Amino acid sequence: VENVRLLDRLSSRKAALGTLYLTATHVIFVENGSETRKETWVLHSQISSIEKQATTASGCPLLIRCKNFQVIQLVVPQERDCHDVYISLIRLARPVKYEELYCFSFNPKLDKEEREQGWKLVDLNEEYNRMGIPNNYWQISDVNRDYGVCDSYPTEVYVPKSATAHIIVGSSKFRSRRRFPALSYYFKENNASICRSSQPLSGFSARCLEDEQMLQAIRKANPGSDFLYVVDTRPKLNAMANRAAGKGYENEDNYSNIKFQFIGIENIHVMRNSLQKMLEVCELKSPSMSDFLWGLENSGWLKHIKAIMDAGIFIAKAVAEEGVSVLVHCSDGWDRTAQVCSVASLLLDPYYRTMKGFMVLIEKDWVSFGHKFNHRYGNLDGDPKEISPVIDQFIECVWQLMEQYPCAFEFNERFLIHIQHHVYSCQFGNFLCNSQKERRELKIQERTYSLWAHLWKNRADYLNPLYRSDHSQTQGTLHPQMAPCNFLYKFWSGMYNRFEKGLHPRQSVTDYLMAVKEESQQLEEELEVLRERLANLQKSQLNDNKVKSKQQDRSKQLGLSTSNNSLANTPQEYSNDLKSFPSRSPSQGDEEDSALILTQDNLKSSDLDLSANSDQESGVEDLSCRSPSGGGCLPSEDSGKDSDEAVFLA
Amino acid sequence: MLRSSQPLTGPNRKRCREDEMLLGTVLDEGERGFIIDTRSAQAAKQARMTGGGTEPKSAYPQWRRLHRPLERGRPLQESFIKLVEACNDPSMNMDRWLSRLESCRWLSHVKAALSTACLAAQCLDREEASVLVHGAEGTDTTLLVTALAQVILDPSCRTLAGFQGLLEREWIEAGHPFHLRCARSAYSHARLKQEAPLFLLFLDCVWQLSRQFPFSLEFGERLLLTLFDNTYASAYGTFLCNNEKERRVGRAGGTALCLCKVKESTHSLWAWLNQPGEKKKYLNPLYSHNALVIWPSVEPQSIQLWQGLFFRWIRSSQYLDEAWAEIQRVVE
Repeated sequence: VENVRLLDRLSSRKAALGTLYLTATHVIFVENGSETRKETWVLHSQISSIEKQATTASGCPLLIRCKNFQVIQLVVPQERDCHDVYISLIRLARPVKYEELYCFSFNPKLDKEEREQGWKLVDLNEEYNRMGIPNNYWQISDVNRDYGVCDSYPTEVYVPKSATAHIIVGSSKFRSRRRFPALSYYFKENNASICRSSQPLSGFSARCLEDEQMLQAIRKANPGSDFLYVVDTRPKLNAMANRAAGKGYENEDNYSNIKFQFIGIENIHVMRNSLQKMLEVCELKSPSMSDFLWGLENSGWLKHIKAIMDAGIFIAKAVAEEGVSVLVHCSDGWDRTAQVCSVASLLLDPYYRTMKGFMVLIEKDWVSFGHKFNHRYGNLDGDPKEISPVIDQFIECVWQLMEQYPCAFEFNERFLIHIQHHVYSCQFGNFLCNSQKERRELKIQERTYSLWAHLWKNRADYLNPLYRSDHSQTQGTLHPQMAPCNFLYKFWSGMYNRFEKGLHPRQSVTDYLMAVKEESQQLEEELEVLRERLANLQKSQLNDNKVKSKQQDRSKQLGLSTSNNSLANTPQEYSNDLKSFPSRSPSQGDEEDSALILTQDNLKSSDLDLSANSDQESGVEDLSCRSPSGGGCLPSEDSGKDSDEAVFLA
Repeated sequence: MLRSSQPLTGPNRKRCREDEMLLGTVLDEGERGFIIDTRSAQAAKQARMTGGGTEPKSAYPQWRRLHRPLERGRPLQESFIKLVEACNDPSMNMDRWLSRLESCRWLSHVKAALSTACLAAQCLDREEASVLVHGAEGTDTTLLVTALAQVILDPSCRTLAGFQGLLEREWIEAGHPFHLRCARSAYSHARLKQEAPLFLLFLDCVWQLSRQFPFSLEFGERLLLTLFDNTYASAYGTFLCNNEKERRVGRAGGTALCLCKVKESTHSLWAWLNQPGEKKKYLNPLYSHNALVIWPSVEPQSIQLWQGLFFRWIRSSQYLDEAWAEIQRVVE
């Protein structure tokens, strides 16, 4: 569709004119401007909702909201075209079969072996070995080898040595969805562990010998403690209400030596609404500080983040400081349980704060333990009540921690943002379906590619320049405080306002430092080479001079050219009252008003184009010596531009 | 950019030829200028009743007046006190934190100050028009706007030396009454009439700029904290008294009141700060000269609470300090 306008949210008078294309996998907007021809690509899987707004004199507005928080406002000149686009997008954004998803057509041009290697990058067996298992207390069990005991669990589960198959099966019958207590994390320093399950089917008075034995086995697997914490991450009222439905929670009287604790994280419906409200705040046009703060508080979003974090802190403390094992569950043990176990593990074990370790953590507590990716993130069209930003919240907890402990994580914010992006993008097969069983049935590993391999290949973009494995912050457990004055939660504009150019610091400190580090490393390597040469050769005057001049050249290069146009930026709209500048009449073409909108040359010189396009650099020089692949904070959707894959329906 | 105090128009709409001529000389034939009045239109109008007022359009035809009300005086001090109380409240919980923060209105003041300074900067840089800034007295919000606008516009004001020069010019010599404004700070029960944290508001705005433009200021947060400390209590004479007259030696044999001979009797803060050993503590390791204008975002998401100041004694900054040390190490 031609002559479509793409509006900018912040500067309502700035609009780009271009052509809109719909392909089998993407919506693409290409700007008409002769110099830039900027492209905006949106994956259908990312589309969360499409709103067709009332036709005005300037055209028919279409608002596309994405799961990665991009909001695109288009204006289509003809109502009929707009309607066609709307109907098509509705269909394209709600796939019915897995085969419609992008990952099945995505072709990064790797051979079969590379694809397989990619899937092998993260190996959970290796991970449990790294933890120190199997050992005297824990072992691997194949009781679920055909998913016969629990179809949402993996085939390989880790259980206490004293838990026989009989106990496991018996316990699984007493747990919601048969999700029996299994090992999530083992803290070898003191044998304490984190186990996870779903709620027991205890109702008001039911008991199950095997389930009680299971908990006892977990307790006994930690000789350093004579009791076990059982943490129910639901609010007490909800848990109690579940009893009426024949489920509920563990009675301290029935289970020997347990200390029961409610933590009170709200359910998926509350979280879905909370996010919705927060996004509404983000969509406000020129909000005042009041509007923003009130809106944010009303959404309750940061309060929920804190609740998840506090639960993780509680568990990490129990394990590391008290040396007590913890069994965690919620209702079904696949949402709050996953969040809380992963946060706790991250606090306890520095390995999970490395890039590889983080991938392993997600693979372990989310993918293998049957978090319902399809239902929660809407891979396929399904029940809207199942949708909830569960993993998004976990990812935000990690970001909040990164802000408090800037040296403690090997990866940077961009890593987190890209992972979140790909949870929804369905470009890779890792987050498809609802369980390991379903993924194996669909032969995901044979038919799609692994995100982990892709991220790993581009890991240079995801490194945190402040991370040093020998730094004090990276050693051992992290001990964030729970009291609000000690841990202030910030609004993550890098995620929720990701695509709004004007909002973010224009200069990426991370990229700059990474470039500096790289230069330093190169210099040091060269220095080494030169030193060797010097040692090997006779000390002749000629060689001395050669060496000196080379070093000088290099150090000149290190003066990273920073006084260049890439730092230019443009004024925001400081004055809502257009009448303030009567010299510029509104009727004058948008391009003329340099006071309030971007002019062409400013557009060119603004660095790190944070708009949602693919690899395509907007032809600007950015601050670092080399530009990160994929440009700025964009997922490298190089695949998406594969012209032989995309089918143009324009 | 010019600054002044309010014109004494009064209830009878007095005019002053000299004043009109003075402003007239600033603009060429056919040029226009902007007057940024830091009071609301209503407050400015009411000021006439007590002898003040605004520049009437008829008398100053080339000047276009814009009102951008900025808080000062008692309400600003209250805002500051409330914020400090909120930060120090041990019973505070996350549920109510944001609304509490909002009710202090401090961040709204930061947003307003930055927006107004940006507006002034826009007039100069984009409209290429002269600007006159004034409030009532010309000693508070006026200086906030002119000083901030210069940090935004002028790269030399962003160097350590340039910033010191800016403070000398736009705050100290310009006559911001430090002695009255920076008396007891936020904890004192004595609610002094003349006390108001304008300078702190300025420092907060500068901090916001440093966060949004991490490479563009030659100095870091530490300098800002040091300046804050020294305006309230200092071993140096730089921020003493209320204006140059009070600082200088009185006329020999005259009736001029001379409070203290600041230059003779005290040391300068700048002299101490600029010593090579001290200076490096205040430098920003990421600094590189940015010749361009820095336009901050004033969206609420972009304006953050200055935790380094407001949580300074409440929460350890250990991890952030370590991060800065690491940045220093990488850059060196």
